[in-house]
Amino acid sequence: MAKALTKQQHLDLYYYMRLNRAVEDTMVKLFRQNKIVGGLYSSLGQEAVSVGTAFALEKKDWLAPMIRNIGALLVKGVPPRDVFMQHMAKYDSPTKGKDGTSHFGDLDNLHIVSPISMLGDLIPVMTGVAMAGRYLGHKIVAMTWIGDGGSSTGVFHEGLNFAATQKAPFVLVLENNLWAYSTPVKRQVPVENLADRAKAYGVKSFVVDGNDVAAVFTTAREAVELAREGEGPILIEAKTFRRMGHAQHDPAEYVPAEMKKYWEERDPISRHKKFLFKEKLLDEKGKKEIDAKISALLEKERDFAENSPFPPAEFAEHGVYCTGDDCHKIRAKWERPIAEVTPPKSGVPAVWTVEGFGSGKGSGGGSAPIHFGDTVKHEQKEEAAPSNNGAKSPAKKTAKKSVIATARKAKR
Amino acid sequence: MAQVTFLDAIKQAMYEEMERDPTVVLIGEDVGVYGGAFKTSEGLLAKFGWERVIDTPISESAIVGAACGMSYLGLRPIAEMQFIDFIVCAFNQITNFVAKGHYLWNAPAPIVIRGPAGGGVHGGPFHSANPEMYFVHTPGLKVIYPSTPYDAKGLLKAAIRDNNPVLFFEHKFLYRRIKEEIPEGDYVVPIGKAAVRREGKHLTIVSYAAMMHTSLEAADELAKEGIEAEVIDLRTLMPLDSDTIVESVKKTNRCLVVHEDTKTGGIAGEIAAILCERAFGHLDGPLMRVTALDTPVPYSPPLEEYFLPNKEKVLHAARELAKY
Repeated sequence: MAKALTKQQHLDLYYYMRLNRAVEDTMVKLFRQNKIVGGLYSSLGQEAVSVGTAFALEKKDWLAPMIRNIGALLVKGVPPRDVFMQHMAKYDSPTKGKDGTSHFGDLDNLHIVSPISMLGDLIPVMTGVAMAGRYLGHKIVAMTWIGDGGSSTGVFHEGLNFAATQKAPFVLVLENNLWAYSTPVKRQVPVENLADRAKAYGVKSFVVDGNDVAAVFTTAREAVELAREGEGPILIEAKTFRRMGHAQHDPAEYVPAEMKKYWEERDPISRHKKFLFKEKLLDEKGKKEIDAKISALLEKERDFAENSPFPPAEFAEHGVYCTGDDCHKIRAKWERPIAEVTPPKSGVPAVWTVEGFGSGKGSGGGSAPIHFGDTVKHEQKEEAAPSNNGAKSPAKKTAKKSVIATARKAKR
Repeated sequence: MAQVTFLDAIKQAMYEEMERDPTVVLIGEDVGVYGGAFKTSEGLLAKFGWERVIDTPISESAIVGAACGMSYLGLRPIAEMQFIDFIVCAFNQITNFVAKGHYLWNAPAPIVIRGPAGGGVHGGPFHSANPEMYFVHTPGLKVIYPSTPYDAKGLLKAAIRDNNPVLFFEHKFLYRRIKEEIPEGDYVVPIGKAAVRREGKHLTIVSYAAMMHTSLEAADELAKEGIEAEVIDLRTLMPLDSDTIVESVKKTNRCLVVHEDTKTGGIAGEIAAILCERAFGHLDGPLMRVTALDTPVPYSPPLEEYFLPNKEKVLHAARELAKY
């Protein structure tokens, strides 16, 4: 059973969800004033996923957001002004105007890796971050997000499979918001739970109500703990809903009205607020104080962003290459003895050992001689196979077996 | 000094760098227990262990992506493409993620992506590619394509120590065919500097990788006819050492580019443009090029031979150019 959340954790989750929404509300206003240069993507109604998952990370951990994970960035410590300035293409923004939206990172302090627009690429990248962390002895966990849409990319599967072979301390949050631009999830992925895909890679997975922030956090905390202990990677499918269009330009008329209504009634912030009020963790006065704190903060942050200049035009030419130590001092931080990874200690016999070879079971319950036995042992299933082909299957299987046996004999 | 093959030079560079610097790791398909499809990493696993010599599934995007992620914590991974042809499976990861990181968000990615390239060994259309220009065209990457064991070792070391993503092409025709005495121990060859392999005054032949050797053979032949060709080995394609080319052409007034890459979009076109910009008044004749055909690399020996540049083609072009 999961540990209960403390009052402070409940209140922090509320605060960050409110902050997430307020930051995005501010940006909608800026967008309508033509102060946002490019597109604006909304995470309205998905705040619990960004906030609840990132809240499970420690300061030393690494994350890489997607476009709708502003909340995760705020939890990790990104000031709202950076988010505003990114969207407004200002010179003081983290990318100094070279990229927009959530496309920025911070390797040194906050441990954030910037996304790119091509989905899925972050999965192997964050696997590499996790592997390097383990290699250097940092005991970190790396986390990134992918949508229902992005889960159909090739690199999603390459990345998750590779992470699994490496048992990387990596958590992948599959934010299933039911829509990839205008295409509903059923037209993208013919399975009920996208988390089921984890099974194909021998990866442990969870499915969670993505609009219940406490549930998201508890699940993510368990996943992060497991990953840190060496049980990674872990996949979490958070079921939620994209309440706005793909971006501001998209009225999302393709989304059925009853679907919108269903999810509006499950707004993660209202739900959590109701819970806090019921449990007497928050009252009207406390809520107003949080609102006022956020308004004051964002006013200040917004002013700063608006006063920041555009970059000088010739800045476009700068920074394609790192020019060396004067530009970046690249130094690994060792938190384990280097002797462990250098000769003579690092040496190993260059042969494969295949644990449990020959101990496997075939799907019919018989022995499957060629099997890598370090996967979970197959359990004998007594119950009948599904009814549509249940009657035929036993005979078929027997027939198949004998054919295989003959073939093997013939080979000898 | 010992005679070392091109292949051994690569192996030495990786071994010495891994020994020198524990942040250097190798990741790729069959690089560990098997020691690499061409045995360039033979013995590395036994010496450095599973954490530093990482056998992967057949997932080029994952290999490059993971290498990039590892570099963010200060490691210097070498990602091997079993054949460089497969690098295009990681094209997005390289050109959009790895190449743009420093420019966009100030994140250097000190990784090397290396592998066997080039034709002439009847590898067929998917094991003979010269895909260097896709990457020369991508700002943020450095591209190296050496022709000698000495350079292979020194440039690979320089690539590993560079703070940028470096693509390192190894011409597999040269792996076991070219031997050279190279100094024991540590040295680097600077990235971005061409080498003048032969001095001459009548024309400049610019080349790299396997075709550098073809160009040198042709230059010897031309000398017998009284044509002294200067041969420049580019070694690095990005950044391109245009100064060395321009200086040479100002002296010889004629330029022939020889590359194994296909003609259209090959680096010869770029060199032609640079010479027009910087040495137009010095040119006594047109820039000429001897390249592979604009086709996929065909499999059958007569077809591949027809497809590739060779000494005769270089001689023919050089004689024509010398007439101007």
